[in-house]
Formats: sequence, structure tokens, C-alpha cells
Amino acid sequence: MQKIGVFVCHCGTNIAATVDVKKVVELVRYEPGVVFADDYMYMCSEAGQEKIIEAIKEYGLTGLVICSCSPRMHEKTFRACAEKAGLNPYMVEVANIREQCSWIHKDREEATKKAVILARAAIAKVNLNTPLKEGESPVTKRALVIGGGIAGIQTALDIADAGYQVDIVEKEPSIGGRMSQFDKTFPTLDCASCILTPKMVEVNQHPNITLYTYSEVEKVSGYVGNFDVDIRKKARSVDFDKCTGCGECSTKCPLGKIGKIPSEFDRGLKNRPAIYMPFAQAVPAVPVIDRENCTYFKTGKCGVCAKICPSKAVDYEQKDEIVTVKYGAIVVATGFDIINLDKFGEYAYNESPDVITSIELERLMNAAGPTGGHLERMSDHKQPKDIVFIQCVGSRCDSEEKGKPYCSKVCCMYTAKHAMLIKDHWPDTNITVFYIDVRTPGKNFDEFYRRAVEQYHVNYIKGQVGKVKPQPDGSLMVQAADLLDGKQINMKADMVVLAAAVEPNPGVRKIATMLTASIDNNNFLTEAHAKLRPVESPTAGIFLSGMAQGPKDIPETVSQAGAAAVKVIGLLAKDKLKTNPCTAQCDTLLCNGCSTCANVCPYGAITYDDVQVMDHGLRETRRVAQVNLALCQGCGACTSACPSGAMDLQGFSNRQITTEVDAICR
Amino acid sequence: MSMNEEKKEYRPLIVAFCCNWCSYAGADLAGSSRLSYPADVKIIRVPCSGRVNPMFILRAFERGADGVIICGCHPGDCHYSTGNYYARRRMALLFSMLEYIGVENGRTRVEWCSAAEGAKFSKTMNEFCEKIQSLGENVRLGDLRCKN
Amino acid sequence: MANVEKQVQLIKDISGSDPYKCMRCGKCSASCPSYNEMDIKPHQFASYIIRGDIDELVESKAAWKCLSCFACIERCPRDVQPGKLVDAARQIVERQREGDYLQPDEIPALLDPETPQQLLVSAFRRYRR
Repeated sequence: MQKIGVFVCHCGTNIAATVDVKKVVELVRYEPGVVFADDYMYMCSEAGQEKIIEAIKEYGLTGLVICSCSPRMHEKTFRACAEKAGLNPYMVEVANIREQCSWIHKDREEATKKAVILARAAIAKVNLNTPLKEGESPVTKRALVIGGGIAGIQTALDIADAGYQVDIVEKEPSIGGRMSQFDKTFPTLDCASCILTPKMVEVNQHPNITLYTYSEVEKVSGYVGNFDVDIRKKARSVDFDKCTGCGECSTKCPLGKIGKIPSEFDRGLKNRPAIYMPFAQAVPAVPVIDRENCTYFKTGKCGVCAKICPSKAVDYEQKDEIVTVKYGAIVVATGFDIINLDKFGEYAYNESPDVITSIELERLMNAAGPTGGHLERMSDHKQPKDIVFIQCVGSRCDSEEKGKPYCSKVCCMYTAKHAMLIKDHWPDTNITVFYIDVRTPGKNFDEFYRRAVEQYHVNYIKGQVGKVKPQPDGSLMVQAADLLDGKQINMKADMVVLAAAVEPNPGVRKIATMLTASIDNNNFLTEAHAKLRPVESPTAGIFLSGMAQGPKDIPETVSQAGAAAVKVIGLLAKDKLKTNPCTAQCDTLLCNGCSTCANVCPYGAITYDDVQVMDHGLRETRRVAQVNLALCQGCGACTSACPSGAMDLQGFSNRQITTEVDAICR
Repeated sequence: MSMNEEKKEYRPLIVAFCCNWCSYAGADLAGSSRLSYPADVKIIRVPCSGRVNPMFILRAFERGADGVIICGCHPGDCHYSTGNYYARRRMALLFSMLEYIGVENGRTRVEWCSAAEGAKFSKTMNEFCEKIQSLGENVRLGDLRCKN
Repeated sequence: MANVEKQVQLIKDISGSDPYKCMRCGKCSASCPSYNEMDIKPHQFASYIIRGDIDELVESKAAWKCLSCFACIERCPRDVQPGKLVDAARQIVERQREGDYLQPDEIPALLDPETPQQLLVSAFRRYRR
């Protein structure tokens, strides 16, 4: 039996004016478990708290009920006060007789009656309270960043600069991501590699950063502060320590000239050898052998690269290696790609080499690209005179199998950028942009777009293009309608550029499943709270950075990367994690292992274990739910979903709430 | 029951389950803005509307409550991201079953109320009380053993 | 007013598409082979139905110039399918006329080598319901 002390606060006249405080004290005194009841002018004041502490000591109280203002206001105060007197802070309940009683009711009798009922409910609850202890779990002071694009690079640099160890896992042979493929960046038109490559080098040289390129995350277990991650380091077939990055092997690889291996980095606009670095400034500057295409791996003959290598770094015998590392926090920065355009037959992307995507245009305009920065048609290598840009290809599309329902956010700006860059280099090019809406919110963004129209005379036409038809003479016929002028347009073009919708990197689904991080219908990672926790996943210890979370441009990605880094640093800075003691608990004797709770848990805190139980003298093995206390946030979703009543929430247990209901309905 | 008591105005008994993050705060705001609603409403604080087990509602009706209202965060605003969706579905099902056994639909309600909607909270409670008042005493699920 | 609402609902029911989804991208107008002969352009169909100007739509030339080639239906990114909307509007008119249906055996007499296949399909869609 508890020994409960009830303290009723006057709150000056805030409560006492409408609630007969003395009467409340009198009426609750004889409630079960109550051994002491008193009132005071200001319970939260120093003197009021002294009174509570004295009473706890004098009467040996095991539970407290404070009838005062909202628990959202002073629950913390009273819990701390109880703790000072040696009482478990979770043995305190607050009956809200100010906000929910005295302030809203005028009738004194009515308000007093309600105050008594609220106090009774709280007393009934405290009778069932159990001392709860905040759990503790250690924190591994090392972070993992999945993805080595600008988002991952920035996150890693920020964490590393704060003095923590960071590992980057990148599945491509080099870090750099999409941004390394770009030519210039909006709205300042500074060259992408000029601002990115220094960061890539910094990552490589940072004492706190370890790079795992050409590697993939294989398995994740554990929880916030204590993740165990298996990383598969795919065989490069080149010895990392011996290779000097001279590039001799790539130039001599016979497949470089005769092979038809499309370069992933150049989006298939150029071929690459079987032993290659994706691009000249690759970090690390160590080539890989593409085993699927390499003649040596296919037939056992060739071996030119091994013979030619001055430092004998080529190693055909290398094997995949799996390393297991412990991490405290994981950042997902897996980035994006553009959608497959096979479903958009009307735009003839697969029919004509002169219909290209914007990212291919980036490569074509890049000085380090397949054409050395000279804009030319892929069919006849002539410079295009009339270029048509088509916006929203696959974005804002209702049909799921064709496109994406969201706006890709970056296309309006990069199209304006492309138009301006082309006009800058070749002023007599005619550029037409077909748009649905031009969306340019952002600092200096609309000015940028207007500059394309006003200064560069780019022709913007409202109306989605209906069809692109390759003509026998090699040109392209673009069929569209100018909605504002009410005219149908048939326009000849030399080149058509499609602003294809962005989509999260296809690999993110697998990674999210491993991390139990939730993703939305479009495979974007979901944030813990859309407004207030935008860089955290609902799963504790998992953070989001860059396009993996939603469409965004480079400045936004960098700021989100910084934000994610700060959250990681905040986590790693702690030696121990305090866990919320109001967590779910599973009664193994009742649980039937049905998985309902695991399905509703938003945090992936529930796992299943086979345990030995004694049931009516019989020993048997059962599959039962286990709650990971470090992950559980105490929402109680599992408790109301559990069909067998095995799940219960500490601090808000089924019995506690039922008894409150009973007390109110008495 | 004496004649004297019978003349007294009927006051319903209403149990409100409010989620800690939105609705309970909304109720506090109603209080600090002095937006009154009848004293018949008694609030029970739960961490999330998804925590409300259908058993609690049945228990309330059993023990003589005349109406039960569940308040949670607006869709998309749940502190635990999905709790209110589960609550909405669960309650839709429960309420239809309650109606089947004769507990009128008006006696139960799910309402979204944010921490900034003190006015909405008070308005909702006033409306709900009126509704219950018009429906009268709940006789359907009352546990006879609990009656005096 | 109620009548207009009923008509709008009828159009939605017959066509099975939702005019409110239209984002005025104009891909339908871009694709339409009869665009130049239409007084109301395909991308405007949705707004006519939303506004309730259905009489105006069915009395327009546009409704009867649509070849039912389905280019707009195929390409519409929002699944609004203007071709179906205008077809539904036509059907409302045809249903009201009654008795004006074309019987299959009447068709051969109306055929000539110039008649496009599409028009035939369209005619069946219009008159044989």
C-alpha cells in the first residue's frame, strides 16, 4: 500500500478563488492510500517545496499528488523536489485544477467538486505507480555517413571538425556524387568542381575521416549509440597502398579504345576502359577494375594493366572484404538519380540521341566532359542552333507507374542556368523553354530566372510539350501549345533537353529497411517531425541529409548536411544516453508473438526473441516481443494494438488509466 | 431516488482522453485564455491518442460515463508520427460497434485539437456536452453492479 | 444550380476522371490533332466542367471536333484525361436526345474511303451506348 501525500495549491487566488481548497483537502484525506493532505499558498515556491520535502520525510510518503497547475508547467519542478527528498520522481502525479478547473469554471461548488474528482483520479493513479528509473546506454563516439555526395561530404566534414571519428561509405569508386557531374551551379554560376573538389580532398586528408569507397553497407544491427554495421568493401583489384594514381593502366587498357563500356559518370555519352577512375579528380585517386567487362576476368587473357603498372598495384586475386564497425550515429545521405524515361515514349528519348536529359547536358557542357565542353549533337556532332527545353518530365505526374507526384524543385532553376550558359557561349542559339509553372522561390532565384528572359531573351512558353518527333533530316519536330497565346506550335529543334524528375537513389529502400528508418511512398526518407525535427529519422540515432529526404538544391543540401552533423555531434558528445523510463514493456507470459506491435511501432523498437517460459509447469520456447528501451519513445501505440494485452506502458499502464477512469466515473 | 434529487438538473459525465502533446496543451490554453466549458468534462492525460485502448472507453461507459471524447494531434502532426492515424481507424471501428449495441454515435467522438487551438477545444467540449445533454443518461453499457 | 451540379457529377461518373486534378500543363492541347478547329481548347475542358459551364461546352464546336484519338488521354500527366471529359459531355447530350442513336446497319451507307478509322471508333463511342 502506498503512503500518499496530497498537496493542494491555492496559486494565490488563481485556484482558491473558485475552488474551496480547504474542502478539497478534507475530502481527499480519506481516499485510499492517502496519509497526509495539506494546502499551501504557492506549492511551487521554495517554501512550498520545503513543505513537501518535510512531509515526505515525516510521514514516509511513497507517493505524491500535487493539485495545482498543469503538469506541463510544474511536473518537472515537483519531480525534482521529490527526488531531493529521496523519493522516486515518477511517484509524483499532478492533478490539473487550475487550467482545467478553476480558470474555466465560475461556480464554486461545481469547481470544487471537479477538483476533488481530478484529485481522486490522480490519487488512484499514484496508488498504482511504480518507481521508474531512467535507463542509460553508452555511446560509441563514431559516426557513419552513407553516401559520399555533397550531402555526405559536408556532414562528415562538420562532424570530423568537431573532433569525432567519421566513416563515409560510398558505393561508387569515388566520392563526389551528382555534384561532381555538374558544370556550373545556380544562381551564382560558379563551377561545381571548383567548389566541390577542395572539399573532396579535405575529406580524404582529414585525420578523423575514414573513406570506404566502392563499398556498401551490408548489415546494420543495434540501436542509437550502439550500431554494429557490416561494410562490404568490394574488390577493387588494385592495391590501395601501392597505387600512385598515375592512370597509366586506364590509358593502356585495350577496352578503352575497342570496348563499348558506357561511362556511368558521363551518363553513357562516352565509353570508358575496364580499369578506370570515374573522373580525373576522383577521390581516392585509385582505379578499379570493372570485373564484369574486363577481358582478364572474362577470359583469363590480357593482363595488360598488371604488366604496365609501374608500382605493381594491380591485383587480380583481391576479394571482397567485410569489416564490422561500431557507430553511435548514422547519417543517410544516399542522394538521388533521375527517373527512367522509358515510359515517356512521346519525347523520343530512346529514339533520338539528340534528345538528352539535363544531367547529360551538364556533362556535354562540362570542360572535362565527353566533348571537352563543346556543345554538340550526339548524332552528327554539329552544334545545335535551336534548343528546346521541356520541363516537368515525370514530375507532378499523377500516374505512379509513369512519373512522380512531387515537384522536383531544382529543374526550373537549372534550366534557366543551362539556357544562360548556352547563350553565353553561343549567343546566336535559339532557346525555347516549355514550362507548366516556373517555380523559383529562393534567394536570388527569381532574379536569376528573369535574367534568362530579360537579358538573354530565352523564350519561355507556357504549355507542356505533347510530342517530339525525330525527322528524316535529323532534326526534331516539337509539338506543343502556347496556352497563353492560344496557339498550337510545331517547332523544329536540333536538340531537346528533358528536365527529368528526380527520385531517391534506388538503393535507399534496402538501406532504410536495414536501418528501420521509415520511407514514404516515393522512397524519400521520412523525418521524425516535418517541421521540428527535419533532419532526424523517427528511428533514434538515424539522421537524414540531402536529397534522400526530399528534393532540394545544393545550398539547401549543404545546410541540411550541417544540421544533421550538429544533431550527430549532440548525440556523440554525450557519454551516456538517458532513456525515457516511460517505455513499453512486454509480459512474456501473455505475448503470443503475433508481430502486431512491431508493425505499429514507429521506431522499430520491437524485436522478437525466443525465450524459455514456464507455463503451468511446462517449459516451452516461445517467440515473444522484446522492447528495446533505448529506442522506445513511450507513445503506447503497441499497447493498444496488442491483442493479448501483453504490452503495457510504464507510467501510463492499462491499469493506471482504467483506475483513473473509474475514479472519474465513481 | 428521492423526489428531491429527481428535480435536479441532469448533468452528464464526460471523459476526455487528451494526448499530452497537442490536445492536453490545447486544454491548458483554453484554461489560460479562460474559455469556459462545462465542468462535466474530466480530462485524462495520455501520451498519444494512439495509446487509448478501446477497453478504456468501454470501461468508462460501463462505469457510468455518458460520453467519451478522444482528442489528438492533427493528422500529420502526431508527436509520434502515426499514433493519431491508428486512433482514428481504431475508433471508427469501435464506434460503429458501439452503435450496433445501442450506444448512440453522438456519445463518442474523435477530435483533432492542436496546442494552439484553445478556442477550438473549448468549443468542441461545449458542443459535445450539449450533445450528450440532449442524448441523456447512458443506460446501455452501464454495469448494474456499479449502480448504487 | 442543382441541375448543373448533377451534370458535373454525371460527367465525372461517365468519364471516371476528376477535373480538379488538372494543373493546366497543356500537354493535351499540345497533342491534339484538332486543336486549330476547336474554339474551346482541350486544356480548358476541365475548367469548363469545374465552373459548371457544361452547356457552353457541349454547344461548342470543340466537343464535336474531338476525334477521340486518345492522345491527350494517353499523355495526361495528371490522369484528368480531357478526351474522356469531353466525351462524357457529348454523351450527356446524346442521352437527352434519345432515339437519335445510330444503328450498326446504318453505318456502311455513311462510309467512304476517306473516313478515318478513328472517326469510326469515335462514332461508335458517341452513338452506340
